Amino acid sequence: MSVHSGIIPEPIARQPWGMLIPLFLLVAFGAAVLFSAAGGRMDPFASSHLIRFGVFLGMAAVIASLPRVFVRFMTYPAYIVVLLLLIGVEIVGNVRGGSQRWLDLGFMVLQPSELMKPVIVVTLAQFYASLPLSMLVSWRALLVPGALIAVPVSFVLLQPDLGTSLAIAFGGAVVMLLAGLPLKWFIGGGVAALAAAPLVFFFGLQDYQQRRVMTMFNPEADALGAGYHINQSKIAIGSGGIFGKGFNNGSQSHLEYLPEPQTDFVFATMAEEWGLVGGLFVLGVFTIILSWGLKVARQSRDRFASLVAAGMVATIFFYVAVNLMMVMGMAPVVGIPLPFMSHGGSSMMTNMICIGALMMVNRWNREAPRTGLSG
Amino acid sequence: MKRFFKLRNASRRATPVVNASTVRNTFNRRVAVIGGIQGSVAVLLAARMGYLSIAENEKYRLESESNRVNLTLIPPRRGWILDRNGAPLASNRADFRVDVIPERLSDPDEMVEEIGGILKLEADRINDLKTKIANARGFAPVEIASGLNYDEFAALSVRLPDMQGVVPQRGFSRYYPTASSVGHLIGYVGPANAEEYEQDRNPILITPGHKIGKDGLEKQFEKGLRGTPGARRVEVTAGGRIVRDLETREDIQGDPVRLTIDGPLQDYAARRIGLESGSVVVMDCQTGDLLCMASMPSFDPNSFSAGIGSVEYSMLRDDQRVPLRNKVLKGLYPPGSTVKPMHCLAFLQAGVSPQDTIVCGGGRRIGSRFFNCHSNHGVVDMDKAIAQSCDSYFYHFAQQVGFDKVAALAKELGMGQEFDLPVTSQFYGTVPTSDWKFNKFGREWQTFDTVNASIGQGYYLASPLQLAVMTARLTTGNRVQPRLVLDDTPVKAESFGYNPEHLAYVRQGMSNVVNGAGTARRARLPLEDVTISGKTGTAQVVSLSVSDGRSGPWKYRDHGLFTFFAPFDNPRYAGAVVIEHGGGSGSAYPIARDVVTFLFDPAKGIDALKSLEKQWGGTAQERLEKRYAAYAAERGATVTPPPRRDEEIFDRVEAEARIEAEQLQEIGEEFVVPRENQTASGSPPPDALTPAVAPQDQP
Repeated sequence: MSVHSGIIPEPIARQPWGMLIPLFLLVAFGAAVLFSAAGGRMDPFASSHLIRFGVFLGMAAVIASLPRVFVRFMTYPAYIVVLLLLIGVEIVGNVRGGSQRWLDLGFMVLQPSELMKPVIVVTLAQFYASLPLSMLVSWRALLVPGALIAVPVSFVLLQPDLGTSLAIAFGGAVVMLLAGLPLKWFIGGGVAALAAAPLVFFFGLQDYQQRRVMTMFNPEADALGAGYHINQSKIAIGSGGIFGKGFNNGSQSHLEYLPEPQTDFVFATMAEEWGLVGGLFVLGVFTIILSWGLKVARQSRDRFASLVAAGMVATIFFYVAVNLMMVMGMAPVVGIPLPFMSHGGSSMMTNMICIGALMMVNRWNREAPRTGLSG
Repeated sequence: MKRFFKLRNASRRATPVVNASTVRNTFNRRVAVIGGIQGSVAVLLAARMGYLSIAENEKYRLESESNRVNLTLIPPRRGWILDRNGAPLASNRADFRVDVIPERLSDPDEMVEEIGGILKLEADRINDLKTKIANARGFAPVEIASGLNYDEFAALSVRLPDMQGVVPQRGFSRYYPTASSVGHLIGYVGPANAEEYEQDRNPILITPGHKIGKDGLEKQFEKGLRGTPGARRVEVTAGGRIVRDLETREDIQGDPVRLTIDGPLQDYAARRIGLESGSVVVMDCQTGDLLCMASMPSFDPNSFSAGIGSVEYSMLRDDQRVPLRNKVLKGLYPPGSTVKPMHCLAFLQAGVSPQDTIVCGGGRRIGSRFFNCHSNHGVVDMDKAIAQSCDSYFYHFAQQVGFDKVAALAKELGMGQEFDLPVTSQFYGTVPTSDWKFNKFGREWQTFDTVNASIGQGYYLASPLQLAVMTARLTTGNRVQPRLVLDDTPVKAESFGYNPEHLAYVRQGMSNVVNGAGTARRARLPLEDVTISGKTGTAQVVSLSVSDGRSGPWKYRDHGLFTFFAPFDNPRYAGAVVIEHGGGSGSAYPIARDVVTFLFDPAKGIDALKSLEKQWGGTAQERLEKRYAAYAAERGATVTPPPRRDEEIFDRVEAEARIEAEQLQEIGEEFVVPRENQTASGSPPPDALTPAVAPQDQP
């Protein structure tokens, strides 16, 4: 998108406003919902939500300005550092005798598994970009990335954090698919996954995770137990109707029927007060952001860059799809927040890294000749 | 073209051609597919949301409302039960209380311990609560405590967020100012049990703090006393915290019931019974108004309203004086000599002249057998027969007149009858006749049956209420109907049409019992202008071979009875006193004397009672409390819990009373050698003293 008015300075005019303006609106809308979730106060959710967005927007701007060479050079070291951090929390957690997912860095609480989501995308993009095309159909093109995904995923599973490990695997898998690996591998993998699903369900999942999957199919059966969260969320969304109960008038969230109205169930909080109209707005903004991201990926002539962009889109998409399906009772409760709306630093950081990376690729596309050679 | 196909074929067999352009194409194709998938997910989500918020909007809006709004019923204030002068016998007092709803407790035992710790409940109470909660149906609230002070209430309320299923509230609880004095008469209230809720699915029944009548008048007048519950609509959080009131409808108090009972007289009589086990009935012999129906010892209805505790129940069960039995209605005793004035009326009506005499030689030969009298009275006419209670006279004339004729009059005067009273149950006793005996035992009526029945022994059984009604009817010659509720219109008692001279003669005989050369001269009132008239009675419970009736095991001692009316000139009051195992009529008539004294001169009556209570160790209520404390200290840990339903307790008590009455009639299998104990036995009954002693005189 380019604005040819001349009034607006060129560095500002060349930003992707078509994506950024809806994003700003979404974040502001998110802050409004959080304002209501806090009982009509800016603190503790809305103000920190806006501040974090500001900080991570700055971070995204820095990422967007990174040169391609530097990014490719830093990819593997970044992967190794994040992997070490993951191992680090595991060790600290074991020492403290409990499951732990974060490192307290003093100035902020860092969840290394969140960082791994964008990093795995970039790492695989780097791997395939450097892999000779002729080797794409060889087993090596599958095994090495498979290992690159499997190692962090297993550490995250150990935490245990099913949602995040699925997100990492999903991002990695999408990059592998787009890199051009033979489709039959994916079909074969898909069939194998379907076959393995019952086994994983009965032997791999913990009790509470099994219950969550089961309640997804029949949440009303156990309205005060495991199905409680899903049920209350559906009540919030359904009772909102077309136009909602009005800003600050949500009874489900204000009277504490809705679990975690500011994080995982923020969409239900929103839908109760803003109704279907608010829901369609949120879906619309995500559609704009994600389709812009895919456009960036398609426009890139650079193999590394296009894989990075598409992978980032997939990562954001995974958050949005799983969270919304969960709050509407179509997926088990897996603890994945809604990007740009849920209160929480780690998810804001991850998603802004994704946005930053997309803006970066977008800049590379603009600066690179349209019909250049790809690497 | 040929080359192209070859290439395609070759590529299919060997590795496919991979170059930048094919990879790019694959990428674009797959991005398009992914974009398509994402688009369809977006459409799916939008459709799902539309379905939830449009198609199912109605359903979820209702669910959201039922989440948000909580309708709580406010238990209505119960109607008061008043005495004839409007003084409360049962009222309500504002207090703080706490209930739990078992199905909402995650760990009931732990919660009870915690609340018990905060409220400093005693260990046996905590144990009772645990069993009760374990046995309760989940929805029915269980009362933990009532009558809390504000500090305890506040201490609980601040912890409420961590206490799911615990309901502390401000409310009203039933209060009986005279406590155990009215226990049997009024009954008590308690929470509805599961069976009661299943019969009447009224949500008020499972509202914490709501009590229903469980016994006595509280149960009989439940419908009117209950009132209409109020309701409060409140907005609540998921944790049960009330955010704000939306709407409140006040409760409507139940209608009061006004009794014919004279509250102070009831309390006085109950206290006057003292350590003994017995009952006092006083009625207005003109109107039939029951002024007093005291039955002691009794329970404290105030302490029953939270449910009957194990220790309390065990103590009441162990007591040989059966404190759970309403002896006015369900105590049956051989009436003994108290029926003699009535039998005289039967003789007069059969043509016997008052001047007809017999000779009592320490007994009299009836038919072929000699039957003993309790004394040697010499020449006896009717007046002397009543005053001195000569048995031979009654043997003779009952045999001459025929007992079935006597029995017909007895029934007319209320013996063996039930009365139209709002009570849960009343026993009707027995007036033995030849038909009755044949139906019951299949044996013919014998001479000794006439002899036994003529002096109120043998199969003859009557309740204290019947004795009082009999005396009232005998005194007035009217069909006096006992009345318990003041609001019922009094029925004008119609006359039986008896010869007034006969009635006057009988009244004079009864006066002579007290004021002449009779058996109860010490029953004279300490008043100038009022005289009491009456008849003593001693009812044997076992034959002379087992016990002399005066000493020995308490269970074998004679019952002491006294029926009376006052004043002599213009009878206004009639009544009966029955003291179980009092050892003789001497245990009964002093109580009648003091009760009647209290009726005419309360101050004088109270003075007499005060000095007695000093000897007994306090008022009835004080002694009950002391006894409870001693019992709990001694046997608190070893008691068995009471039946789950209160009804079972009282059904059991009633069944035992029936068995006991049956056993009493066994004495009628043979001639009961009479005795007239005018002096009461010296020692008080067991279980009367604190601390409770183990029953030592059971065989």
